[in-house]
Parts: sequence; structure tokens; C-alpha cells
Amino acid sequence: MKYNPKFCDAVAADPGLNAVHPGAPASLCQGWLEIMVTLEEKLCAITGMSAATLQPAAGAAGELTGLLLMRAFHEANGEDRRRVLIPDSAHGTNPASVTLGGYEVTTVPSNDRGLVDLEALKSALGPDVAGIMLTNPNTVGLFEEEITEIAQAVHDVGGLLYYDGANLNAILGAVRPGDMGFDIVHMNLHKTFATPHGGGGPGAGPVAVASHLVEFLPGPQAHRVEDGTFDWVAPPRSIGRVHGWQGNALVLARALAYIDVHGSDGLTRVARHAVLNANWLRHRLRDILPAAYDRVCMHECTLTATKLKQAYGVRGLDVAKALLEEGFHSPTVYFPLIVEEALMFEPTETESVQTLEALAQAVERIAQRAADDPVSLHRAPQSTPVSRVDEARAARQLIATADAAR
Amino acid sequence: MADYLPHTDDDVASMLSFLGMASLDDLFAHIPDAVRLSGGLEVEPGMSEPDVAALFARYTGANAAKATAMTCFAGGGAYDHEVPAVVKMLANRSEFVTAYTPYQPEVAQGVLQAVFEYQTLVARLSGLPVPNASLYDAATALVEALNMAHGATGRQTMVISSGVHPHWRQVARTFARGTGHRIVEVPLRDGVTDWQSVDVTDVAAVVAAYPNYLGIVEDLSGAKALAVEHEALFVVGGDPVAAGVLKTAGQWGADVFVGEGQAFGTPLSFGGPYLGLFACSEAQVRRLPGRIVGETVDSSGRRAFVTTLRAREQDIRREKATSNVCTNQTLMAVTAAIQLGWLGTQGLREVATRCAQGAHYLYDELMGVDGVSAVSSQPFFREFAVRLSRRADEVISSMAESDVLAGLSVATLAGGDDPSIEDGIENVLLVAVTERRTKEEIDRYVELLKEALKR
Repeated sequence: MKYNPKFCDAVAADPGLNAVHPGAPASLCQGWLEIMVTLEEKLCAITGMSAATLQPAAGAAGELTGLLLMRAFHEANGEDRRRVLIPDSAHGTNPASVTLGGYEVTTVPSNDRGLVDLEALKSALGPDVAGIMLTNPNTVGLFEEEITEIAQAVHDVGGLLYYDGANLNAILGAVRPGDMGFDIVHMNLHKTFATPHGGGGPGAGPVAVASHLVEFLPGPQAHRVEDGTFDWVAPPRSIGRVHGWQGNALVLARALAYIDVHGSDGLTRVARHAVLNANWLRHRLRDILPAAYDRVCMHECTLTATKLKQAYGVRGLDVAKALLEEGFHSPTVYFPLIVEEALMFEPTETESVQTLEALAQAVERIAQRAADDPVSLHRAPQSTPVSRVDEARAARQLIATADAAR
Repeated sequence: MADYLPHTDDDVASMLSFLGMASLDDLFAHIPDAVRLSGGLEVEPGMSEPDVAALFARYTGANAAKATAMTCFAGGGAYDHEVPAVVKMLANRSEFVTAYTPYQPEVAQGVLQAVFEYQTLVARLSGLPVPNASLYDAATALVEALNMAHGATGRQTMVISSGVHPHWRQVARTFARGTGHRIVEVPLRDGVTDWQSVDVTDVAAVVAAYPNYLGIVEDLSGAKALAVEHEALFVVGGDPVAAGVLKTAGQWGADVFVGEGQAFGTPLSFGGPYLGLFACSEAQVRRLPGRIVGETVDSSGRRAFVTTLRAREQDIRREKATSNVCTNQTLMAVTAAIQLGWLGTQGLREVATRCAQGAHYLYDELMGVDGVSAVSSQPFFREFAVRLSRRADEVISSMAESDVLAGLSVATLAGGDDPSIEDGIENVLLVAVTERRTKEEIDRYVELLKEALKR
């Protein structure tokens, strides 16, 4: 969770942005079109791509848009490709998007370093492969060091590389997806450019593409006209609209303000400090929660609670719940699926080392409790407004409204 | 140069020392040189907040259409409603705005209960028992409804009234490229869907709009009969403010309701973030897309809320999931719950009635204006289409000079050959009236339109 700058909220609260009707003629909302064109240009510079659509309302919508672009590209070449490759460490949204994009999933195993197994990947490739979806750094928080070889292999069979931008924060100013060989990139603006999570949305999931895919982008697109004005245009072979209007515009405006404040220097610092924080925390916690793959990580570290489980029967979930009692929001638990008792910490660049030290000390207290009174951890948290909730009951007997409850 | 990083130079030095590293570059040393960015990002250097604010002041100054400066008679699924101060103040509380997704229910009861209240209100507005926690917007909610219909029937043909908002239909066509759904659009005659013209098989869904995008309140019994005949799901989409005075989707026999929730407390926002309303019958609950909040108890037996039926969701079912939605529009859903809670049943009825009264007053006045004629003889709610003696986009530009946004050009909204208008679509203007429009503003609109048509 990044700090959400109040400044960006203030920008989006201006009636000059939030009181504009989305169907007004372009001549009456030139400021909005300029914001969209400018954001598109900056997102392309950050990712190393040629053009972008801002319509997708969240990362998952961006993924599906990207897969439809992949499909449009192959169809335009007269090719009927069937499969999309996904590493076994991928988030579940990836395979769900593949299915909705009309493709079949082929899962590629990870190797013992937590990275894509290049040989397994090569054996899964063939002329029926439409592309691969990759997160880099991957969901374990590790950089796919063989990305050039992966890109070469996929391109050699005529497939495209899709970049899941969930972890873009780690590489701002250091590496660009376009330079790694990716053809399609989605971004989660709430993860990288600090737009507020809102308790689960709104997000925004722009998709940027390499030059050979620009003609298929959703339309209408905001466009800079030669006379310095702005207008809407539909790309020549557009897949069509993916949003009722222009996307989550106020989220887009916040992201542009964030990018403008940081600039090239600030964005680069964001990634470097996010990676510093994650590595410091990984190293600080190594005796209690060792890393699943013990080497330099990127912006997040995937640790494992197997030592506590073996010694005291205390699981990752217990540690996560006990952290709530300590005043810390739990890390992601049991993801990615390839790591046993996973606890994935993503401190971001906006937590101070003092906060990270306090977190580490909380983990130490929990480890001591695990040794002294492990049963108390199974009951944690007790100091929160409610204790552990009965999830099975909620699913067994659905009560989704106050009327159903009566 | 500005940023929001808390580290001092000493912090960075001591953290690197703890890691046994000499510089921040060491953290990136394992990235192959071949892909490393040399020379930095081609983005301008960082600016101070006041400098960025000045830049944005230039953008906002170039947005002449802002409703604070231009009286808004544009609708088409985005309406200039009053947002009471209480809604803005409560919805902007940081406990809602900056909260993480409620994966840890013990520390997220506030968000979860607010969404539960939202779900209750969506169920009542739709007349259907099982709502979800929101989707991106109405257009993408319709896509989810079509996917649900495919899952329920195993069939591929989606019969959609062209009274459904043109953008929603366009989005449905886009996503059908992946799912392979066949989209059949049914034309309007005199503003009403010609269901008799439908001659297809393999029907998964029949989709009607209520009111339709031209504001017309159609009798949905023909659409329902068609859905029953084909054993297809009956999907009703539309303007949820109408539920203040008209029948609900459930009362029409719908299996699924989709709607645009922007009218409930979210400003026009240039089209987003908006709020996709979604509710369905009990029979479809296992195919419900997105998140849903359920009531349960905690380990001490206290009432508690949690996201539930997780086994449907993409992160568990992966490639077998029927929806890929995870992030939704929680903050807009919470906003809608606050707005509807503030209005109550009576308040929503008053808003709907005042919108309808204003729209009918304006329509009646316009019917007496030379160069304005009816597009349809059918009853309408708070929005209507009229045919002008000039192109609608020209009239909009002309009236904008007097700071009135006259409405939307249907040709621009729908495309030049949309089956919703029988002929001469370029001259059709879509006009909406909300409770914010005064009689003086409406009277002035009539005078300005008369002038615009004379030019």
C-alpha cells in the first residue's frame, strides 16, 4: 500500500475535471483530452511502448483487452492460434482472462530458483501458441533473468508477449517491458501510481502496445491534432470499446498528477526505494520467516512460515492474523501457490525503515508467542472489532442483503 | 523535484550496510545488462505540487463543458444530479478512500458492512435477491450478464434491444470477439423494440432496456415472453433512478438486472469511475461475477461480514472461472449506499418525479417550437429524443456559446446507422433533465434552441 498523495485527490476533486459530461463534444473538453493524450505518452515512455488505451477500468479488464488485441493481431494475419502460456506462479486472473479471450491455458512450471523453466517453456511452444502472459518481476518478487531468451523463444514461434503490470513498481526507470521484448503491457494505476484503493476499487488498467498492435487498440482514442487541438479518433482496425465511456477518468488524472510530481528522477527513486525496503525486510526477518528463494528480490519478498509450522504448528495464516493485533495489515497469505505457507510482504517505497523495524519486532513477538502459547495464535486476532469470521457459514447460507437476513 | 519518500540519506546508507551492499545499484545488479534502461526515463523531471497544480489549472480551464459553468441537459447514461454535502463528506473519509481490499475481514468491517448495505439497496431497486459488490460500469456489467447467460444455457446467441445504450452494445460486441457470442440487435420502431422481428435460435439471453436509452418506458412483456419461449435468461438494463416511480426489473420477470449507478452520488467525472449495478435471481447465484459480501458471525458469535462464495472467483477457479473481475468499484458502491440512505424511498421518488416533471415540461414546450418534431409517440421518463431541422451536433455547438449543453447528438453517441432510429439520425438530439434544472433554465433552453434553429 503506497501513500496516496492528498495532492492527487485535490487535483481530481476540481469541478473542471469531475463536473464534465463524458458525452460533451471534444471542443468543449479539450483539457480532458490533453490529460489523456499526455498520460498515454508518459505511460508509453515508462513502459517502452508505442501507444496505449486508457479505457480498461482495472487490471483484469486490461488483461482481457490485451488478449483481445493479441487475438485481433493473429486473426489479421490469418492465423487461428489456440493456446496462451502462463507460469504456474501467475495470479488467477491471468488464466481467467485467457479463457474469456477465447484461448486455452497451458501452464509452464517454475524451476527451483522460482523462475520460469526455460526448457519447459520451449517444449510447450508451438505454432498454435498465441502468446505468453508474464509478470516480471514475477509473483514471487524475483526478476525473470532469462527474459531475453524467453522473448526470443516465444517470438520465434510467432507468439506475442503479454506483460502483467502488477509489479511495474519494481522496475520504474530501471527496465522497460518494451525493452524486454514485450508486445502488450497492462498497468494497475492503483499499484504503481498511487491512486487510492477505495476498499477494492476503482482502479484503472491502461494497456500499452508495441507498434504492430497500435491499429487494433480500443476506440475512440484521444489524439493530438496537428493544429495543437485534441480530438477523438478510432484506430483503423479497432477491437471496439471496452468501457462505457473513456475509462476511469478521475483515476487517470490522479495518476498523471503523480507522474508529473515525481518525474523521471522521482519515479526511478520510487522503484529503488521500494526494492530497498523489500530486501531490508527480507534480510531482517530471515531467521523467523526465511525467504522462499533466498537471494536479492525486487519490490516484494515472498517469505515462508514453514519453520514456525514445523516447530509449533503455527501457520502463515496465524502469523497474518496476529499481525492484525499488532497494528499491521497482514501481508498476502498463501500466494503464490508454488510457495508453501507463503507470506508475501510488499512494503512499498513509502514506509520508513522505522516502520519496517516495528513490523520486524512484531514478527519477533509473534514468534515468541508461537513458542510460549501457540494456541493463542490460532485464536488471533482478539483485539480487532471482530475476531476470525466464519467464512464457511457465510458461503453455506448466503446472506447478501439485510432483507435476506430477516 | 518532489516525492513522498520517507528515507533520509542516512537511512538509505544504513539499510544498504545492513544488506552488505555499497549502493542502490547493487539491488538491480542481477538484471541483465541487455534489458537495462540506460540514460533514464524519457519523462520530464519532477515538479513541485504548485507547479503541477498550475498545469492542471490550464487543463481544467480548457474544459468548457463543466457543469459548474455550463447548464447540463446531457444524459445518455451520465446525469448531473445533486450530490448532497453529506455524501461527499462521508464518501471522502480516508477510511473508505485509502482502505485496502477487504481480504482481512477482522480489520475491514466498515467497508464490508457499507458494501452489504449497498447490496441491500441494489436488491430492492432491482427487485432481484442476489446483488454483487459492484462492477466497473453498466456496459461491462452487461457483458458479465451475457457471460452468465452463456453459463446458464450453454448457448451463444444474445438478443439485445437497440434501445440498450449504444455504448453498452458496442462493449458487448467487443468482448464477444473472445467469447464467441453472437450479438443480435433488435431494431426500434417508433422508439419501441420490435421483438416480433426476431427470428433466431440458440438464444442464451434476451436483453431489454427500461427505460431505453432514448428515455422511453417500454412494455417489457413481449421481451419476457421471448425469453420464456427460448428458455433464455431475461436481462433488464437501465436507469436505476426510474425505480423510484416505475416497476423494477424483478417485477418484469427479469433473471438479471444491470444498471449504471453513477446517478447515485458520483459526479459526471468525464465518464468514470462509475458504478456497474448487478443483481440476479437465486438460480444464478453460483455464476455471479465479481465479489459479494455476506453476513456471518465471528468466533464469539458476533455479527460480521466477509467476502463470500469465493470459490467462484478467478483467483481460485483460474481458467474455469466465468468472470475475471477482481477489483471493482467499491468506493462508488459505498457512495451510492450513502446517497440512497440519505434519500430514502421517499427521496428517490421525489428525485425521479422532479426529473420526469422537468423533462415533460421541456418536451411539451419544444413540441411548440418550429423545427422540432417528435421521434416517438411513446411515454418517456426523464430523457427524450427530438428531431430537429438542423444537425444535432451543430445545435449543440451553437447553444454551447450561451453556456448550455443542449444534450447529446444521437448520431455521435450511437453511430450513423444505428437500428434504434429509423431515419435521419444526424438531426436527432437526446435531452435529459435532472432535479437540478430549474424552470428558468428550462425556459431559457427553449429560447436558445429557437435561436439556434433559426441560424
